[in-house]
Amino acid sequence: LGLALYAGSLFAVSGATFLYHDYCVIGAGPAGLQAAYFLQQAGRDYIVFERSHAPGSFFALYPRHRKLISINKQYTGKSNSEFNLRHDWNSLLSHDRRLLFRHYSRDFFPNADTMVRYLEDFASLLKLQVQYNTAIIHVTLEKNEQAWNGHYFLLTDQDRKSYKCSSLLVAAGMWVPNVVNFPGSEYVEGYETVSINPEDFAGQTVLILGRGNSAFETAENILGVTNFIHMVSRSRVRLSWATHYVGDLRAINNGLLDTYQLKSLDGLLEGDLEDLAIVKDKKGKLHITLRFYLEDRNISAGIDSITLPQDELDNFATRAPYDRVIRCLGWKFDFSIYNRSLRMMPGKGNIKKYPQIKPSYESRGTRGLFILGTASHSVDFRKSAGGFIHGFRYTTRAVHRLLENRHHGVPWPSTVYPITQLTNSIIKRVNEASGLYQMFSVLADIILLRENATAFEYLEEYPIGVLAELEMQTGRKARNGLFVIIMEYGRNFSGADKDVFYYNRAVGEAQHAWQSNFLHPVIYYYKHLPTEREMKRRPPDWPLPRPDAIHHIVEDFLTDWTAPNAHILPLRRFLENCLSTDLRHFFAESCFLFAFTHQKLPPFCQQGYLRMQGLVGSQELRHHAVQAGLLQDYTHTDFSGDRPPDSHDGSQEQLTRDHAIPVRPLQHLVNAKDE
Amino acid sequence: MSAQKDRWVSSLVFLLFCASSMPRGGSVGLQQEPSPQHYFSGLEAGKASLAFFTPSVSHGAQPFLEQIESSAEALQDYGISVVKVNCPREDVSRYCGKENALRKAFLFRGNRLIREFPTDALFDVNSVVANVLFALLFNEVKYVETLADLENVEKALKGKSNMVFAYVPATGTAEHRAVMEAAFVYGTIHQFVLTTEAALLKATSHDDPDVSSAWLLFCHCQRATDPAQPCRRTALGQPLTLLNIHRHLKLMGAPLVTEVAEDPEKVSTVHLQLGLPLVFILSQKETYEADRRTAEFVAWQLLGKAGVALLSRDLVDLNVLHRSNVALKTPAEGMPIQYLVLEDTDEVITLVEDRNKVKQIQEDEQQEEEEEEDEDEKENNNQDIQDDQVVEAVSRDKKRELPLEQVLVLTEENFHSSLSEAAQTVVLFYASWEAVSLAVLRSYSEVATHLKGTPGVLLCRVNCWDWPGLCSQENVTQFPSIRIYKEGQQSVTYNGMWGTEELSSFILLSRVSCPLKLATMDEAEGYLRGEFPSELSSHHHTSLLGVFSAATSKAREAFEEAGNILSGHVRMGMYLEDDALALSQKYSVSPPALLLARSGGRSVEGIALSEPSVQDVVQMIRYELLDIFPEITVANLPQYLELRKPFLILFTAGGISQMESKEMLKLAKGRAQQAFVACWLNLKKTPVGHGILRKYFSTTPSLPVLLWVNLHAGGQVFKFPPEEPITEMNILSWLEKLQAGLEIPSSSLSEEDWKPPLPAYDFLQMMEPSVPELSPHPGDTPVPHPPKSPGGDAAGGDTATREEPSRESKAEEVGSPGRDLRGTAPRLAARDKQGKRHSEL
Repeated sequence: LGLALYAGSLFAVSGATFLYHDYCVIGAGPAGLQAAYFLQQAGRDYIVFERSHAPGSFFALYPRHRKLISINKQYTGKSNSEFNLRHDWNSLLSHDRRLLFRHYSRDFFPNADTMVRYLEDFASLLKLQVQYNTAIIHVTLEKNEQAWNGHYFLLTDQDRKSYKCSSLLVAAGMWVPNVVNFPGSEYVEGYETVSINPEDFAGQTVLILGRGNSAFETAENILGVTNFIHMVSRSRVRLSWATHYVGDLRAINNGLLDTYQLKSLDGLLEGDLEDLAIVKDKKGKLHITLRFYLEDRNISAGIDSITLPQDELDNFATRAPYDRVIRCLGWKFDFSIYNRSLRMMPGKGNIKKYPQIKPSYESRGTRGLFILGTASHSVDFRKSAGGFIHGFRYTTRAVHRLLENRHHGVPWPSTVYPITQLTNSIIKRVNEASGLYQMFSVLADIILLRENATAFEYLEEYPIGVLAELEMQTGRKARNGLFVIIMEYGRNFSGADKDVFYYNRAVGEAQHAWQSNFLHPVIYYYKHLPTEREMKRRPPDWPLPRPDAIHHIVEDFLTDWTAPNAHILPLRRFLENCLSTDLRHFFAESCFLFAFTHQKLPPFCQQGYLRMQGLVGSQELRHHAVQAGLLQDYTHTDFSGDRPPDSHDGSQEQLTRDHAIPVRPLQHLVNAKDE
Repeated sequence: MSAQKDRWVSSLVFLLFCASSMPRGGSVGLQQEPSPQHYFSGLEAGKASLAFFTPSVSHGAQPFLEQIESSAEALQDYGISVVKVNCPREDVSRYCGKENALRKAFLFRGNRLIREFPTDALFDVNSVVANVLFALLFNEVKYVETLADLENVEKALKGKSNMVFAYVPATGTAEHRAVMEAAFVYGTIHQFVLTTEAALLKATSHDDPDVSSAWLLFCHCQRATDPAQPCRRTALGQPLTLLNIHRHLKLMGAPLVTEVAEDPEKVSTVHLQLGLPLVFILSQKETYEADRRTAEFVAWQLLGKAGVALLSRDLVDLNVLHRSNVALKTPAEGMPIQYLVLEDTDEVITLVEDRNKVKQIQEDEQQEEEEEEDEDEKENNNQDIQDDQVVEAVSRDKKRELPLEQVLVLTEENFHSSLSEAAQTVVLFYASWEAVSLAVLRSYSEVATHLKGTPGVLLCRVNCWDWPGLCSQENVTQFPSIRIYKEGQQSVTYNGMWGTEELSSFILLSRVSCPLKLATMDEAEGYLRGEFPSELSSHHHTSLLGVFSAATSKAREAFEEAGNILSGHVRMGMYLEDDALALSQKYSVSPPALLLARSGGRSVEGIALSEPSVQDVVQMIRYELLDIFPEITVANLPQYLELRKPFLILFTAGGISQMESKEMLKLAKGRAQQAFVACWLNLKKTPVGHGILRKYFSTTPSLPVLLWVNLHAGGQVFKFPPEEPITEMNILSWLEKLQAGLEIPSSSLSEEDWKPPLPAYDFLQMMEPSVPELSPHPGDTPVPHPPKSPGGDAAGGDTATREEPSRESKAEEVGSPGRDLRGTAPRLAARDKQGKRHSEL
């Protein structure tokens, strides 16, 4: 803070040129506002720049057909606010209960205008520092050894006003439309401008380029009035319920698949858009041909001089001319405003639309520059929900916590519990936590064991990509081993070409939990914090390196992991064996007996009974325990005062009792997703 | 153990080899003879052979032939060849000609036919071997049918040789074969007698025998001198197998008592080699004769179970207690010799027998475990069986609807408004899926019923599974958790036992502010008598009254702060009016001071209050509230454990007698008071005390019993001599001896760590085959599989099972049955009282 004050005063001197803030956030969309909320709560000096006059300008235009495909569940049958966030994909995180999306819309798939209204409220009700009508057009660095990261960020807006920041949070979203250039691409209409009035498409034949949700959303809108629609893209369609990735085609938009597969009316084609060419005929109809045919020819020479594929191949699939061609190819990150010194590089392969970042969301090129929101999706592209509000609201919080530790000496928030609460704290989180559930296999709860495993520290929602740096990033110590709690789908279960409805797809028995397919909690145990090298060498598709022990809690049809025998008992055994201790609960009477017959007591007696907080238990409960053979009933013991003390009957009795076969409690019914 | 087994198995094999090294022709297996002439001409004198004749053209497979063929190898060991003779078609001689001869086997010795066997007597290898040997050994093995026959044989053998008497339910069985095979080896040394008569079995074994199982007696007739008495007998306690019989005969053949004059660690006898313990009787020159008799007596009792050696202490320099009179050496390698002080021979025998019993059980268990492990492949152990008593009890109780009408359910919406409804709002924060929470909820509902109608108290609950925000806002990080909210005051977290009584009492006591400011002298007096305030008059608590003059504000502040901490647990009052002096004079204390009124104000104690810090005041009050000679209960033990002192505890069957109580109280008040906690336990009120006694003594000793329990250091348990009266003097002198290390502990507290009761599912291992890339990289540390818990038997949760001591500690316990040092070697010899009891055998 001293540094901040010093820096602040420094710029006060030269205040004429720069406005200084510790944190600058670019973009007042969901991620920018979410970051602003946490910065405000922590009392940090920050500013959000928004090019538009209101927050959420992307949502003011998109989706064009105004229906959000993020669910807004009104009822879950539960009042647990944390749990309910699992099925609320639109709300941002805040302490204000008014700012829950369900108070804004009753629609399961709400209108995008509602999102704009919600974001406006979020910014104003929480009094977030947003500077509207400020488009940052250039970002560069100024080296300064005293700065947090060795440099300051210099931002210039459209009015040539300059701002100086120690840390830059880029939440600018992805708003530059992807375009392809091919001969005739000038005839193509873009998603961003195409008419959304179905009347305009009546009786037309339409070709849509792209196969994402925007393409299908466009098709869905005009499906009923067109002659037919064809869609073309490089890769096959990926259905989100098969891939378990919300960015793939959602069932709500897939009406076209119906008509294609049922009546061969509409259709999907695979092909590289780069090879495409469009030729317009005299009537204004658009013919599809291939770039190959156009080589050495002048298109302007007229359609008659051009060979079309159907001239040689008379059943060429797209031989019918189209009235319109619409491009729905998604968006990419705006790399243009960053000076080369920031080394803001696009990713490789299928994540080239995203800037390159580390798993900590920090730019690979520049220290102190963090990418938030949908542009940070390269970390979990096609895997988890980091590119969507319901995911990045948690990753934004994680980034904020990293920054608090790095710049303000505030360690990652944690709670210390006695070891007796170990099973409970895990069960509580896997049942209600939303961050773990939405950001499965990306964010993890971490349990850091204290010495001798008598207590532990619980850290929530840490990005597992930087597990190796945990001590440095959180300010917490992991000297005595740790548990990492994440949620996972079964390996080989999800995929565009997988049948996710096969028989026996669900596991019901705890002992086969590792074969669970649906989202279920997995707990990794490490005796030592994995190193950077181990993280790099982890098995492919594994979120984490090989642990010292692993536990899967068996998938559950209700995602309710509180069954005493199927969920909690195996978890307890796992924890017990990792810690080499006995984590059972005991009634006060048992602890009393142990206190007189054992030099050491189990943790539950130590931390409860010995501290005068023994669990006495009601008469009925103790009776049940006796019936289960888990508690000895001494009330009916005969007084053997008249028996000679050296009689050996007693010892025999003792031996036989000790080795008696215990009563087996009823096998509890296991539930299975698939009967 | 297994090494020893191997050793004597190999010696047996050697024996058999010697026995079978008679001349034998051809290779092991069935010999083929082309013709009867050829066969008979080849027979050697004195050599036995079993022959069967078959027509050269077989009439199809004859099943009995297969049995005979497969026993050929076994018979080879005894020098008996098995020959198949092919009868030429035209042969009509004695063996080939008759049709029925072809269904028989013939046993020859040399040329002489000894026996013909119908093929139905040779149904399997056992019967072939048994019957053939039986026929050959007709001199060595006498078959008897009546008791008289047996007695005649026995009489004839007296003073000459020993007899082995065996009963088998039928001939041709595996047991019969075992006896015959043993007779083949030992037949020249001992006389074998065989019977299949159940009547004889009944006559020779003392209790009701099972006629379907075989039985073998070794009769020591060689030493028998009295013609009127039957020979001593030692039964084989194990199933009749060749190995067991061999082992038994070896043991019987060993000297009864071995005299040893070397370091017992180096001594090895046949007993140790056979996996049996060796008992040393430590002898001195003066008592040698008596000790020798004792050793022989013990040896007879332990015959077949353990060896007995007589060790002369004068010849060997032993670094053990002088009064040790017995030593036990076990065959297990690395086990140190135990030196013991035993009082009578009975204890020696018990020592060995119990040890064997434990071993037997452990072996059985191991077998069971192994069997279980086999099942594990399918059943995966008992890991899926609940062994948590609380969780199991709660899930068994889940169908019962709780009477929670009296308990208000709070939510995020109504929480704050409800807090203002009553003077005192009690809130239970819990999680509806958590077992301990649910157990406490059950007690809480009882509290609600109990306190129904108590004015100013509102009982509520918050389910943190429904309202996590509310719980974290109220800073509840653990459940269950009980808070008491009072208007305008900070909430108080309940930190007592989760029991109905304790909780009710806490809630009731919490109604009155702590400390309660008393305004008048009358109030103060009434308070000390427990009559004021009226809300608490039904509660019989010790009352504490702080008396302060206006000047002593610092002590008063500390007292008030202590009151906040102890609120709900202690009745605390405060008096600081002008006439505080009058009060202090009445009880002869000078302010600041504490008045302690126990049992309704009949006795008021005054204590000067000098401690300045709040913690000190709290500590002092807690300490002062402890009883001098308390009755220990489940609820109050932790308070006394906190003192971290040894316990001198008297277990009584019901109440405590006047005399004992008086003596104990005297002791407790005496100078030794600082060193230990003198207390008593009423087994009727605290039945779990039986569990403690059983753990210490295997059985409940005669009551009352006074014990010294070193709960914190070392964990030994000493038993006050039951024959001595419990008086202050006796106890003190006993304690002195105890302190001087002159007493032997009766038992000791288990040092065992609390390990996982059962292993977990090893998912890592299960995943490896299907996810090969998961296998550790070279150089990485291999993953240790979760340790298999030693106490992993069946339920594991049974408190009794859990405490099962290890083999060592069990043996130790058995070996120290709580007698004091009065038994020495000469004393051990004086066993007049046992003489009769053991003469029967």
